[in-house]
Amino acid sequence: MSILEVQNLTKKFGGITANQDVSMTVEKNSITAVIGPNGAGKTTFFNMITGVYQPTTGMILLENEKLIGLKPHEVSKKGIARTFQNIRLFSEMSVLENVLVGMHTHIKAGLVGILFNLPAIRKEEKASEVKAYQLLEYVGLAPLLNEKACNLSYGAQRRLEIARALAAKPKVLLLDEPAAGMNPKETNELTQLIKRIRHEYNLTVILIEHDMKLVMEISEHIVVLDHGEKIAEGKPEDIRNNPKVIEAYLGTGAVQAG
Amino acid sequence: MKSQWKKYKQNKLAQGIFLLIYIGITSLSLFMAQRSVTAFLLLLSSLLLLYFTNFKNLTKWLIAGIVLVFLLPFTASNGDAYQSYMEVATLVGIYISMALGLNIVVGMTGLLDLGFIAFFAVGAYTYGIFATAQAANFMPFGSFPLSGESFWIFILIGCFVAAIFGLLLGIPVLRVKGDYLAIVTLGFGEIIRIIFNNLDRPLNITNGAMGIASVTPPRLFGIDFLYPSQFYYIVLVILLFTIFTVRRFEHSKIGRSWKAVRENEIAAQAMGVPLVRTKLMAFAIGASFSGMMGVVFAAKQAFVDPTSFTLLESITILVMVILGGMGSVPGVILGAAVMTILNLQVLTEVTNWLNQLNSTGVFSIPDALSPSKMQRLIFGLLLILFALYRPKGLLPAKNHVYNEKELQEGCTKDNGDNLKSIPEHSQIEKAQEV
Ligand SMILES: Nc1ncnc2c1ncn2[C@@H]1O[C@H](COP(=O)(O)OP(=O)(O)OP(=O)(O)O)[C@@H](O)[C@H]1O
Ligand SMILES: [Mg+2]
Repeated sequence: MSILEVQNLTKKFGGITANQDVSMTVEKNSITAVIGPNGAGKTTFFNMITGVYQPTTGMILLENEKLIGLKPHEVSKKGIARTFQNIRLFSEMSVLENVLVGMHTHIKAGLVGILFNLPAIRKEEKASEVKAYQLLEYVGLAPLLNEKACNLSYGAQRRLEIARALAAKPKVLLLDEPAAGMNPKETNELTQLIKRIRHEYNLTVILIEHDMKLVMEISEHIVVLDHGEKIAEGKPEDIRNNPKVIEAYLGTGAVQAG
Repeated sequence: MKSQWKKYKQNKLAQGIFLLIYIGITSLSLFMAQRSVTAFLLLLSSLLLLYFTNFKNLTKWLIAGIVLVFLLPFTASNGDAYQSYMEVATLVGIYISMALGLNIVVGMTGLLDLGFIAFFAVGAYTYGIFATAQAANFMPFGSFPLSGESFWIFILIGCFVAAIFGLLLGIPVLRVKGDYLAIVTLGFGEIIRIIFNNLDRPLNITNGAMGIASVTPPRLFGIDFLYPSQFYYIVLVILLFTIFTVRRFEHSKIGRSWKAVRENEIAAQAMGVPLVRTKLMAFAIGASFSGMMGVVFAAKQAFVDPTSFTLLESITILVMVILGGMGSVPGVILGAAVMTILNLQVLTEVTNWLNQLNSTGVFSIPDALSPSKMQRLIFGLLLILFALYRPKGLLPAKNHVYNEKELQEGCTKDNGDNLKSIPEHSQIEKAQEV
């Protein structure tokens, strides 16, 4: 069963066509990878799904509901959460607070409730803190809960972004180069984490990644972009042996290494 | 020396005794030696000392309450400088409230606002117009001035009207960022002042540059509020309300969304924080504190005119926030207190002292160099020094420290209702094997 349906998405920035007629169907509870050379339009694709950019033409459907025209925070409410290629944490806030912001849409507290510190609001706040802490435990950052986000190591910051995105209880999780800047050990842990998340949170994951080992190990479906166009899609083994993909992106070395 | 300091820092009893002695000496000296500004200031700084003790929050509030409600007014009441002390204390309270409001906009949400005094003006004129015959010029019904009893309702009205002006400012301003935002807000502040300055024709609403005089004093149970020593208590109550409100917001969903917007707008939106609503809320809530204090200010001065609401005032409040520590509630309180006292007490005292030297012929400086005229220069120097040596302010903003133990206990109790509960470790490993 498909959860996300993208039809003929095109995005033009002045003269540059960042995405040209891209279509794809994402199966529920699957892991899909979007790969391609630098500047292929992968991040732009994510930005259109999450409402950061409006597509020039095309259609995006989440469980048959249109996402076109929605603001980023509305898209988030519909159930899409993401991480960023260039890490975007709330750097001066603590690690736990970062996750708490992720829960924004699920915390009901309003102006009056907060002003009068109503018992229900206090209870809700406490419960949110506990849940945020559980998420930190889940990604292995619990001992650092009171640390400022900017003081974390690179790998830890990426994991915190994942925890923050999970806090929004998404149906679809978009990861933009989650392994960038990680060493092989960290990358391996991340791979396991993504697999676990998919099973235990019943999530659909779409990820952009340049690390082919990770991509081939983790994904059930791969979409290849080049110069804004989809040049191939399919199972990992098909993509690995697709001559078009090898020419545009993987190179002959990758085939042997993979 | 160092080890003793460490011991002191951990020992509540020592802190308590020291604080008590300090408060005792300063209040006694204020009581005995009236007109001693030093004693007055030292007694006020006991609150700072209190802030740095390890006492429980409730204890701190209780002690601060005793000092502010009883000790300060009582010990100062012994001589003829009483009203001038209370005037300073009242103004300190008014400025702290405003600085806390601006801190929400600038410090927490990261929106530079150079026209903040406009909301104070709106509050002041709201009461000024209706508590004098001025309102009779344009109101089709009712008899004006309104009675002094209406003052209490006007605190709320001032709060709402200022909040609405906050929203009005917010709507056009949300499209611009950074430097542009600063310019637009600066323009807004000036426009409001100029409107009040010119709204005497065709219909005389604000009485223009002449200002509105003889504003009805507040009245409660038949007593008129006329002196600073009485307004002091009104300000104290509103100030307490302001501090509690700010603290509540700070550690709530709303406060976190303000900070998230400040830190990274794109990420905040991606996490479901509505940008426009969050910024507007910051503008409105920040403005509302100023509006309330504006009403009090109009009643206290019994006179409102546009010269009280110049750009320099907006900048003064901004300097309070920056010196104190952007986003830090205790810092901003300290910054506002220090700046107000510097402005009203220290500079004038030094000027008086220099004048005395002048007249006795010991020493002579030209009038143009008198410290009270160098206010802007001194603010400027302070800003530069702070930017260089203490960019985060006197008391830098700190994040709330969560108690890890409590959260862990919460985890074991929690059955994980909404989020999927975290599986046992063995289960996780099994899942990995699959
Ligand atoms: N806001 C923008 N304005 C103008 N051009 C843009 C904008 N965002 C992206 N582009 C252009 O669109 C093209 C695709 O960029 P995008 O960031 O989507 O690539 P990418 O596949 O994510 O690359 P990388 O692997 O380096 O992250 C690039 O040529 C880029 O310069
Ligand atoms: Mg990219």
